Amino acid sequence: MRKFLAHKTVPVHAGTMWYYFGGITLFLFIIQVLTGTLLLLYYRPSPGEAYESVQFIMTRVQFGWLVRSIHSWSANLMILAAFIHMFSVVFLRAFRRPRELTWLSGIALLGLALGFGFSGYLLPWNTVSYFATKVGTDMAAAVPVMGHPLARFLRGGNDVGGATLTRFFGFHVAVLPGLTTLLLLGHLALVQKHGISSPRWVVEEYQHKRMPIPQMAFFPNFFLRELMAWYAALGVLGSLAALFPWELGVKADPFAPAPAGIRPEWYFLAPFYTLKLIPSHVWVFEGELVGLLGFGLLALWWVALPFWAVDRKGVERTRGVTGAGVLLLAYLITFSALGYWK
Amino acid sequence: MVLSFTVSLSAADTCVECHSVLDGNLQAPAKAFSNDIHSRFGLSCADCHGGDRTASDPEQSMSRAHGFMGRIPRTAIPERCGGCHSNAAFMQKYKPRQRVDQLAQYRTSVHGKRLATGDTAVATCIDCHSVHDIRETKDPLSPVHPLRLPETCARCHADASHMAKYKLATDQFAGYRKSVHWEALAQRGDLSAPSCASCHGNHGAQPPDVASVAAVCGTCHVMMEDLYKGSPHAPVFASMGAAGCVVCHGNHEIKQPSTGMLAGPNAVCRQCHDSDSAGGKAAAEMAQQMARLDKAIQKSDQVLALAQQSGMEVSEALLRQRGAKEALVKAAVAIHAFQPAAVQKPVQEGLAITAETFRAGVSALDERRYRRIGLGVSLTAILITMLGLGLAIRTIESRKHDGKIA
Repeated sequence: MRKFLAHKTVPVHAGTMWYYFGGITLFLFIIQVLTGTLLLLYYRPSPGEAYESVQFIMTRVQFGWLVRSIHSWSANLMILAAFIHMFSVVFLRAFRRPRELTWLSGIALLGLALGFGFSGYLLPWNTVSYFATKVGTDMAAAVPVMGHPLARFLRGGNDVGGATLTRFFGFHVAVLPGLTTLLLLGHLALVQKHGISSPRWVVEEYQHKRMPIPQMAFFPNFFLRELMAWYAALGVLGSLAALFPWELGVKADPFAPAPAGIRPEWYFLAPFYTLKLIPSHVWVFEGELVGLLGFGLLALWWVALPFWAVDRKGVERTRGVTGAGVLLLAYLITFSALGYWK
Repeated sequence: MVLSFTVSLSAADTCVECHSVLDGNLQAPAKAFSNDIHSRFGLSCADCHGGDRTASDPEQSMSRAHGFMGRIPRTAIPERCGGCHSNAAFMQKYKPRQRVDQLAQYRTSVHGKRLATGDTAVATCIDCHSVHDIRETKDPLSPVHPLRLPETCARCHADASHMAKYKLATDQFAGYRKSVHWEALAQRGDLSAPSCASCHGNHGAQPPDVASVAAVCGTCHVMMEDLYKGSPHAPVFASMGAAGCVVCHGNHEIKQPSTGMLAGPNAVCRQCHDSDSAGGKAAAEMAQQMARLDKAIQKSDQVLALAQQSGMEVSEALLRQRGAKEALVKAAVAIHAFQPAAVQKPVQEGLAITAETFRAGVSALDERRYRRIGLGVSLTAILITMLGLGLAIRTIESRKHDGKIA
């Protein structure tokens, strides 16, 4: 271990600060696991008890409000950190050969994080989460061929109900954590194997200077800086939890009409708003189906980034990758804002 | 082909066919009739006006021999409508659940009785339901739809020239439009809110007499009526010939009740009771009790709202607070017994709840303060740790062989 730590280094250049976001995402995941375990001591996954148990945690359990608020806020910050980490990898070209598998495992981890968000959103069984899950699983039903079986699998029946809650709880506390732990270990192992990537322009700059790229020892130099970043994240998290405790809302009533302005969590707002803009029919196809197909193709194209970022002659498509990254980022920010405000 | 031509000819309505291509007043009824509920059920002009709807020759279709009557006299209209609408067997084919006593009721109404004496200025069926474009009551375009009924009655009853000969006031509609009932109906869209017909009746329309006012109001305000009947006011008002509820609340311009009705410069109790009298003192005591509970509710609401805005979980207290508001409503109902002791019970219940919810709100705000202090301490500790880490990094990197590998 000492030998490993003594040899592990991190490149030092203008973009070094972006290297911290992978660690911050990991830190927030650890917070999720710890607070989630504490919540498990009181949470009851049934429609008759879920809301009341969360209410009990927030009002009766010593520091229960803090644990629940930190769990909810850190979930959101973790997804935000994961997105920042992903875009920094894109703009620093860290997905380049031989790190294709690291990229793929990272994207899969982001997908699992979104799965955590979707499944965890329903667990307090409040009105907003209930109807957002209804809308979300309805979208799944629009997937061609597999749609209805998929929606039925997610809901555990024809509609969102007790079976859905139990199922989502199972995904949230068993299936997803298991998969995430395995993938995370793989992702970290790949990072260790290939080391930290330096951007092409930094490599070329130092080749031109005939000098090696400056490096920082991982331990203790980078590690202590990362620790500072973790403390900063903890401060932000604590402030958000104390000043803006996560609301519980009103208990879900499956027989009540959906409240106006129902919308999913912020990280699903962009596709949600896009689907709202698509007309009900596009030529002979249903609008929702066209939207989902579009998102599917977009996701596939993004996942395959390391494979199309280099042409057949091995030349990097620098502008194409930067353009795609900027466009995707602009789309996510604009449509999320529109989905939130409109 | 011959068969189909014969069928279409027999189903033809020559009244509509001819009048549709005429001008002005002769065309208007035919055009309007397409929206009429009777047209939708296949009835024709001839079913009211007589004549032969199948004949294409005007002489024959509008023949007196076939009972044709172009302008039906106003005195004959109720009987003409009642010809079908009072016939249970006939109505069963079209509207089996509709009542068939409208004509019988109309005959008992002030309108019906005056019409029977030959006064044709009074309302008949068509004045309220319209003519040629008669719609179902539930149709929002119908003049007797709940939202439009007050305006329909007001067409005559707010018309001073029309009402002059009956020596009737014309301010009912203006008053009603200032009432809580109008607010519920027109502003909140509550179609069950009372309008003219709810108190006066529709087909059997007449003003409720003094003795029946409480019963009329009591159809909705059941508990108030019960308490009023057992109160000391009921026999006194009856002996005075005063119309129960109307004495305090008025009739058409019924305002949102408040404690100001009991005590203060505009108190209705002062109409009969001096403030020094036993009645005046009882009214003041009831007002004081109500005001006390109202103030306590507002105080709890404020503290709970502040706690909720700060993200504190106070939903249980807010739910409990509903009980206090219900107690205030119960106290307002209990006023109709005109006994301070009857009001005191719900007020005490409400005050007990508000004391509890206020404590919950204050406790939530204390908790908020505690959390903020805790946050301050934690952030200070985090900041000190970060400074320590920063110093440690600086120390390490200032050594000769620092972590940087050139």
